[in-house]
Amino acid sequence: MAEITYLEAIREALFEEMDRDANVFCLGEDIGAYGGAFKMTDGLLERFGEARVVDTPISEIAIVGAAAGAAHMGMRPVVEMQFIDFIANAYDMLTNYVATARYRAFLPTPMVVRGPSGGYVRGGPFHSQNPEAGFIHTPGLKVVYPSTAADAKGLMKAAIRDDDCVLFFEHKYLYRRIKGEMPAGDHVVPIGKARLAREGTDVSIITYAATVYKALEAAEQLEREDGLSVEVLDLRSLAPLDDEAIDATVRKTNRVLILHEDTRTGGIAGELTARINERCFEWLDAPVLRVTAHDVPLPYAPSLEDFVLPQTADVVLAVRRLSAY
Amino acid sequence: MARMGTARSGGRGTRKNAATPPAAVQEESVTLSGAQRLELYYWMRLTRSLEERLVNLYRQTKVVGGLFRSLGQEADAVGSAYALERGDVLSPLIRNLGSMLVKGATPVEILKQYMAKADSPTRGRELNIHFGDTDRGFIGQISPLGDMVPVMAGVTLTFRMRNERRVGLVYVGDGATSTGAFHEGINFAAVQRCPLVVVVENNGYAYSTPTNKQTLAAQFIDKAPGYGIAAEQADGNDVIATYEATKRAVDRARRGEGVTLVELITYRRKGHAEHDNQSYVPAGEIERWERENDPIARYLARLRESGVSDETLAEIDARVIREIDEATDLAEQSGAPEALDALRGIYADPAAERPLWFREGKGTVVDAHERPEGWGTFDAPAKGAD
Repeated sequence: MAEITYLEAIREALFEEMDRDANVFCLGEDIGAYGGAFKMTDGLLERFGEARVVDTPISEIAIVGAAAGAAHMGMRPVVEMQFIDFIANAYDMLTNYVATARYRAFLPTPMVVRGPSGGYVRGGPFHSQNPEAGFIHTPGLKVVYPSTAADAKGLMKAAIRDDDCVLFFEHKYLYRRIKGEMPAGDHVVPIGKARLAREGTDVSIITYAATVYKALEAAEQLEREDGLSVEVLDLRSLAPLDDEAIDATVRKTNRVLILHEDTRTGGIAGELTARINERCFEWLDAPVLRVTAHDVPLPYAPSLEDFVLPQTADVVLAVRRLSAY
Repeated sequence: MARMGTARSGGRGTRKNAATPPAAVQEESVTLSGAQRLELYYWMRLTRSLEERLVNLYRQTKVVGGLFRSLGQEADAVGSAYALERGDVLSPLIRNLGSMLVKGATPVEILKQYMAKADSPTRGRELNIHFGDTDRGFIGQISPLGDMVPVMAGVTLTFRMRNERRVGLVYVGDGATSTGAFHEGINFAAVQRCPLVVVVENNGYAYSTPTNKQTLAAQFIDKAPGYGIAAEQADGNDVIATYEATKRAVDRARRGEGVTLVELITYRRKGHAEHDNQSYVPAGEIERWERENDPIARYLARLRESGVSDETLAEIDARVIREIDEATDLAEQSGAPEALDALRGIYADPAAERPLWFREGKGTVVDAHERPEGWGTFDAPAKGAD
């Protein structure tokens, strides 16, 4: 079977779900005739028509709010944020309205908010963000952030079928760099399950999205140069977190590095560290370490961006420190 | 641009405050039967009397949170909601108890909501009249103002996508027109030709802020041309005028002619909530509206003029009190929510969260929920430093 890119995998999921369920429709800025800033929705308009591929004004509040209203009425809207950075404009609508709707008013709000996320692309402060931590903090939202093409497709299908709001972060660095074969049939990846990206016995790296590849590169180098066996756990789902898989890898290797591209303070690594401390304290042979972005807005120049974001060499250094502890 | 009803022209930047009651416009409706006219009176009377009952319960500390009144705004709530049909959907605001009653909310639900009962419409999760029922056609509001405009744009977008001849109506206050959500939502709905009616209830104040500090526009319908939509303006204290202006907007939406902004001019005679002492209101303003422009008094006079007997009206009043008494008895019998219900229904899947380890095996946390002295009263004397 031919391999397709991470971007094509998500698009394939959109086509398949819109074919399968007439209630699924897309809305966002420039998603129709233009096919979206990254061409994610290319071809949807031709196939499904204007009624189901809705070009909207530049109005993130209204796009998310209207999706919620449509979802209450039985639709399953898929919202595109042109860049995920702009989701901040809809923060109130997502956290105050959408996230609480089921709990306070028994209103089902099945909807997906998806968008290109992440750095390593010289995008500067407003085209590179990873705002997932703010939403994981909000009860009522689900958050996924896949790293492989197959997971991107399978999680998108799961997100569209989920009966609550799922924020679907897509890493734009991976859009056309990562390819994979799609499993045959109706490929759905359950939300809330991590994926063991590499088995190992000495040190665990818990990560997600683009830094999965930094972890895998570091693991190869460490095996080659140090003879270390590094396990890599790809979280895939950030809310809910797969506590079982996290506990299992910690208890297996007893040394944990948490790696993410998001900034450090208030990032997911802090939450993971607290959970590991609460549940696996006796299993640890070393303090849990973090490799994250520095706490700065993401700058544009390559020399600046490369310094701020976690790199493979940083991961290698951290794992060596853990294994020597 | 259609501008109908009792639209008035106003000079730019010379917005008047709501201090002056609008001149009563007595235009006879040709669409409402005698029975419907009495029904309008019933809903207005029920709204006012139910709120009066809530005041009693509030003073008995049986209302858990704050109490919000729509005194003086009953006509705008009832008359506008009455223009909708059964399958239509509205989104009420805090002063739209009357709209919700017209759409099928019951007094016992309202009372249980305020009293935070286990079998209240939100099972004790939300306050006051923040609740909805899509089957009956009303969607509960949230506290950030203006947010329901985009939501109702989506509800009505769905009607349009499915070729259903249904209409949506969303209320905003004069204050909420200043929000980004209002602007984005009404513009989105306009561009998408959604069958939506946006009712701006101009009651003179947003909490303590007068309308002339919200906008420099002389009147809210002046905003409609900027969105390319139709506008209606009516005396919100005239239930028939309110009904007719809203009905024109609803009919326009149902015909596929898109969004209408309806401005209803009214006056908020009570504070933002029961605790608000309205110190910011010019002396005599409230009393003048009460004396000269009470929507129920005006409507009663009109009904009597058209030959409705005092006996008929007294029968309605008695029915309202009877229904509220029965509802109060029923509501008082209900218990408080079981504590662990707090962890249910955040998501469809998983169905519940687990209690944190320090609460495992515990059904309750405290023995009683009695209000300590000074708790929740805004004018409680400050305690000296110990």
